[in-house]
Amino acid sequence: MEPLMALAIGLLYAAAIFMMLRRSIVKLVIGLLLLSNAANLLIFTTAGMTRGAPPLIPEGMLQPLGEVADPLPQAVVLTAIVIAFGVLAFAVVLIRRAYEIVKADDLDKMKDTDT
Amino acid sequence: MRPEVALPVLLPLLSGALSLLFWRSRPVQRFIAVAGNVALLLVSVWLFVAVLADGYITMQMGSWPAPFGITLIADMLSAVMILMTGIIGLAMGIYSLATTGRGHEKFGYYPLMHLLLAGVAGAFLTGDIFNLYVWFEVMLVASFALLILGGERAQMEGAIKYVTLNLLASVIFLTAVGLLYGTVGTLNMADIALRMDEAEHSGMVEVLAVMFMVAFGIKAAAFPLFFWLPASYHTPPVAVSALFAGLLTKVGVYSLFRVFTLIFDQTMGYLQDIMLWGAVLTMVTGVLGAAAQYEFRRILSFHIVSQIGYMILGLALYTPLAIAGGVFAIVHNIIVKTNLFLISGITHRLQGTYQLKKMGGLYRERPWLAVAFFISAFSLAGIPPLSGFFAKFVLVRAGLEAEAYVATGFALAVGLMTLYSMVKIWNDVFWKALPEENKVPASQTSVGDDGRLLKPSLWMMYTPVAVLAMMSLLIGVFAEAIMQVMMLIGDQLMSPSGYIEAVLGGSASAEDALLDRGELQAEIIGDRAEGAP
Repeated sequence: MEPLMALAIGLLYAAAIFMMLRRSIVKLVIGLLLLSNAANLLIFTTAGMTRGAPPLIPEGMLQPLGEVADPLPQAVVLTAIVIAFGVLAFAVVLIRRAYEIVKADDLDKMKDTDT
Repeated sequence: MRPEVALPVLLPLLSGALSLLFWRSRPVQRFIAVAGNVALLLVSVWLFVAVLADGYITMQMGSWPAPFGITLIADMLSAVMILMTGIIGLAMGIYSLATTGRGHEKFGYYPLMHLLLAGVAGAFLTGDIFNLYVWFEVMLVASFALLILGGERAQMEGAIKYVTLNLLASVIFLTAVGLLYGTVGTLNMADIALRMDEAEHSGMVEVLAVMFMVAFGIKAAAFPLFFWLPASYHTPPVAVSALFAGLLTKVGVYSLFRVFTLIFDQTMGYLQDIMLWGAVLTMVTGVLGAAAQYEFRRILSFHIVSQIGYMILGLALYTPLAIAGGVFAIVHNIIVKTNLFLISGITHRLQGTYQLKKMGGLYRERPWLAVAFFISAFSLAGIPPLSGFFAKFVLVRAGLEAEAYVATGFALAVGLMTLYSMVKIWNDVFWKALPEENKVPASQTSVGDDGRLLKPSLWMMYTPVAVLAMMSLLIGVFAEAIMQVMMLIGDQLMSPSGYIEAVLGGSASAEDALLDRGELQAEIIGDRAEGAP
């Protein structure tokens, strides 16, 4: 399972960076979206993937039987997903406002503040 | 139970929540902006005094013992940074009353300001690397919204660059945190440091160190990752610019200091050269960029970049004295840079422009403002006996002791170039006569950032400026005492065992039952780690 996930994560990062390097601001935001999803999947995978072993302690015992999945990365990913969702919602509103004001879906037309 | 560690985070959150409750009531929000930030300053002084007495103060959130729960920890560096946050927060609270246009106030300027301060304070106090990411995001989201308040074209263009590059840095940071967890199996920074020392030195550690360096380097605006800063910092209302200039990039620098003294102290030798030359190039490009500009706030923005170089130089030299100098530079820069932005706001109010060519004659009109600018500008350039001189003096001495002669030479030369830019502002804004075509009656220029006429409440703008200028002067006069605090920081950062012990050892006090549970969990996790491939 892990090699497959690693491949998927790598593809996501590559696609995200490709999209971010385009001139269109819509594609820029799609790139950001893919990038945060890639990072989330990466955290999910780094701790190792354990199938069908929830981290539950049976009644009357002090520790779970055998190997269980690590719950911490899942908690971390949940937090990261929520944060990414909020930030992306902001980014979508921002590009809409920017499009209304600049009247172009082109980053090359947004260089007034650079020099 | 030490409430003073948690209060610098909780108070701004509370003020922000209260401000949100009084969304429609402008006077109440304005009152909370000042009262909440006075409380924040008092708490930060309390924390500083407590840390000065005890060395380290920790608090385990929810009484979960150390490596499992989230730890809040204040060492001397955190306490000093929190103190600066309190000072700048109050200065901005008062200054905002006079400069924030009604349109901005109506769309949540004050709640956002409080949330930004909460994010900054949280980042300074947390002892958990993922929690640090969360506080970064709290801070960033608040800063995004503040940056586009008003919605002018320049703000939108600046914001797209600011948002994109900061999100990119956040994702790199998050990726690094994920990989770090995969490598050492913990998120508590003290615990990571401990296991990093035990872990065999694999290539992964170097990769992680570089990822953290790039992520925090973008946030700190270090060369070659600083381009978002001069493209965006001059676009929002001036109070927002000043708040960003004072605090935001310094959180990135703080994180660099924290991560590279605590977690990656072993890998430092490998990265030291990169960081050293990065610092030199940051200084040089920043100051050269400023030399080409003729807009007040844009010159100052480039000087933020240049000054970040000094701070990173302190980290790159990696001796207790150099760290002390680097932190001294942070403290000095927070005060002085904020003050220069505040002064640019006043001159804008008086003359209606940020373009140096169109300004002039303020020395005759407002001599005390000129004095305040003179103090801050010369302090930035490092003229004795002001605060900047001592920061630079310590750094140069540390550089000579570490035999980094070229970097030290650049640090001195950049000081001269800084002086050039500051003298340029001084000549154009204060010394030369106002150009004939720009003479306008003073009454017409007292306009808020959204273009409405405001009451001439200039004292709210002058008081923070005067106090901050005075602080820069006092830091210079009492440099000895401040240097002792800085040396304490240098010693604490260079021997992280105290920090680790404070986080991991201190939890055994009253929570014996919990500790047992903690040991049990440690066993379970140990078993799991053995079982995992």
